[in-house]
Amino acid sequence: MTQLAAALVPITSAGGFLLVLAVIMPVCAVLAMLALNPRYSAPVAAVTLAAGLVVSIAIVVKLFRNGTALVYVVGGWEPPLGLTLRADGLSATMLAMTAVVITAAGLFAQAQYGLVLDKRHGRAPTTFWILLMATWSALNVVFLGEDLFNLYVALELLTFAAVPLVCLDGRAATVSAALRYLMFALLGSLLYLLGTALIYGRFGTLDLQTLSGISDGGPAVSAALALMIAGLLAKAALFPLHLWLPPAHAGAPAAASAVLSALVIKAPVFLILRLVLDVAPPEAAQFAGQILAIMGASSILFCSVMALKQARLKLMIAYSTVAQIGYLFIVFPLAAGDGELPAWGTIAWTGGALQLVSHALAKAAMFLAAGAIAEAFGHDRIAELGGFARALPMSAAAFGLAGLSLMGIPPSGGFIAKCLLLTAAVVNGHPWLAATILAGGLLAASYVFRVIDRALATPATPIQIRTAIPRRMEMTALALAIAAVLLGFVPLQPFAFLQIGRADAAAMVAP
Amino acid sequence: MTAVLAPTTLFGLCGAALVGIGLFVVLTHPSLLRRIVGFNLLGAGIFLVFGVVARRGAAAGFAGDPVPHAMVITGIVVAFSATALAVALLRRLLELTGRSTLDNGEPPDPEPRSKP
Repeated sequence: MTQLAAALVPITSAGGFLLVLAVIMPVCAVLAMLALNPRYSAPVAAVTLAAGLVVSIAIVVKLFRNGTALVYVVGGWEPPLGLTLRADGLSATMLAMTAVVITAAGLFAQAQYGLVLDKRHGRAPTTFWILLMATWSALNVVFLGEDLFNLYVALELLTFAAVPLVCLDGRAATVSAALRYLMFALLGSLLYLLGTALIYGRFGTLDLQTLSGISDGGPAVSAALALMIAGLLAKAALFPLHLWLPPAHAGAPAAASAVLSALVIKAPVFLILRLVLDVAPPEAAQFAGQILAIMGASSILFCSVMALKQARLKLMIAYSTVAQIGYLFIVFPLAAGDGELPAWGTIAWTGGALQLVSHALAKAAMFLAAGAIAEAFGHDRIAELGGFARALPMSAAAFGLAGLSLMGIPPSGGFIAKCLLLTAAVVNGHPWLAATILAGGLLAASYVFRVIDRALATPATPIQIRTAIPRRMEMTALALAIAAVLLGFVPLQPFAFLQIGRADAAAMVAP
Repeated sequence: MTAVLAPTTLFGLCGAALVGIGLFVVLTHPSLLRRIVGFNLLGAGIFLVFGVVARRGAAAGFAGDPVPHAMVITGIVVAFSATALAVALLRRLLELTGRSTLDNGEPPDPEPRSKP
């Protein structure tokens, strides 16, 4: 047995029950919806959304006040035998981001299901609400969990909630897309589980805090980490493993697409971050980081070109998701630093975290805007959308503002994120990664401008709105897009917050 | 020779073989039902590996480490649910299209639901 880092004995901190609330409130909502008449599903969902938003804000405020991580020891059983829930700065950021995007998707869906009066209280909306709440709970467990096996169960719950979201409308094409997604996801989680077994056999514990700082790897640990990361990559849809994502995310209803694209694929990315930066021994982490960066860079280039070629708006946005996910993986070699500074003390790490949040807001806004467009015109073929900005100015604005963030044009969250990554790439001597970041920005600009160009065009016959859509649907998308832009006005502010709860917080920002 | 045939080694090798067979089936067979069976084989292999780990981890004087057993039971429940979901989706696909294989990646028409 290898020596493990002497772990601090975790004690439930004051306010730790907030973490439990974040996890179980959506589950309680699911149970209530199953028990009650479908008529009450929407009100129950609305109450849970409001309460969940309050809880996640409370967690963020608590972290700001205390400056230390929030811990809850489940049942009083301490690791390595028991489980803990722990919110450090990054987890709390993800928690808050999830709450905001889910609330926006919920508001959008409420307006959308309100459109068809006779179906308002039917089975379809109730199914959507149940799956949305289940997804939320599973996401919160992934962000708060500390035990690798516990995280496996959370990932599976996330899959079981996300796969039916894909085929909510029950058409053959979406059922096929959902099955393809399920195949990739199952293979991914089984590889992850095999890795977990190997880690347990080596160290006799699965607690991430205890495992952090393994110095001696050995072949078993390398194999385990490789298996786990490969499995998570299949779930995160990085370039060669992205085949399931475009059909699945483009075929889902708009509100579901927003949640899937903005949040669900972030859960495995978050776990890869934790595995590489917290658990893996330094040399292994460096090696893994280089491979991940190559995959990320090819993801950015290949899928941006694919996005450019798509004829349909939602498919284009789905391919753009794969491309933007690539940016999160080029963080690894950039954050490796020079060995003196921990990875989370580098600007690349801050840039990566900012990209995580700004992409979530921008992509959700884009999918919701595309949903409003498809609902209003009855189709989303880009070529036939000439002049849609005249008919739906707010949706067009939301799309454009979200596009700003994806391209990385100031002043937006995406700009700060990509600027930090670019600086880190230049300073650390990674010219190819810097070139990829720039090329990715240009490609993103071309596919966004393709749509903006259609929006501002003046066709011979003005485009007709088929269904009048409530203002609320467009406002939700616009609000998210504005939030993504406003992120650009808090440069480096997240830096200190992201370090809360990290082992030895760095005192300064360095490349 | 006895060292090679120690029960732990034997179980470990069986687990590895099951993982290999399962992975092969999952990756190569186009038929979805076979793939689902392959996932179950793969899962069974992993659970066997967990069992071996339980024998190895018995340093505290127990006959076996109970924690992996608890994990295997949880894992079986999860694998069962995954199989149920996959089979339900597959049946629906068969009803709708008459196929039990995936199409060649043609993305679905993102047309919104039609309204009267």
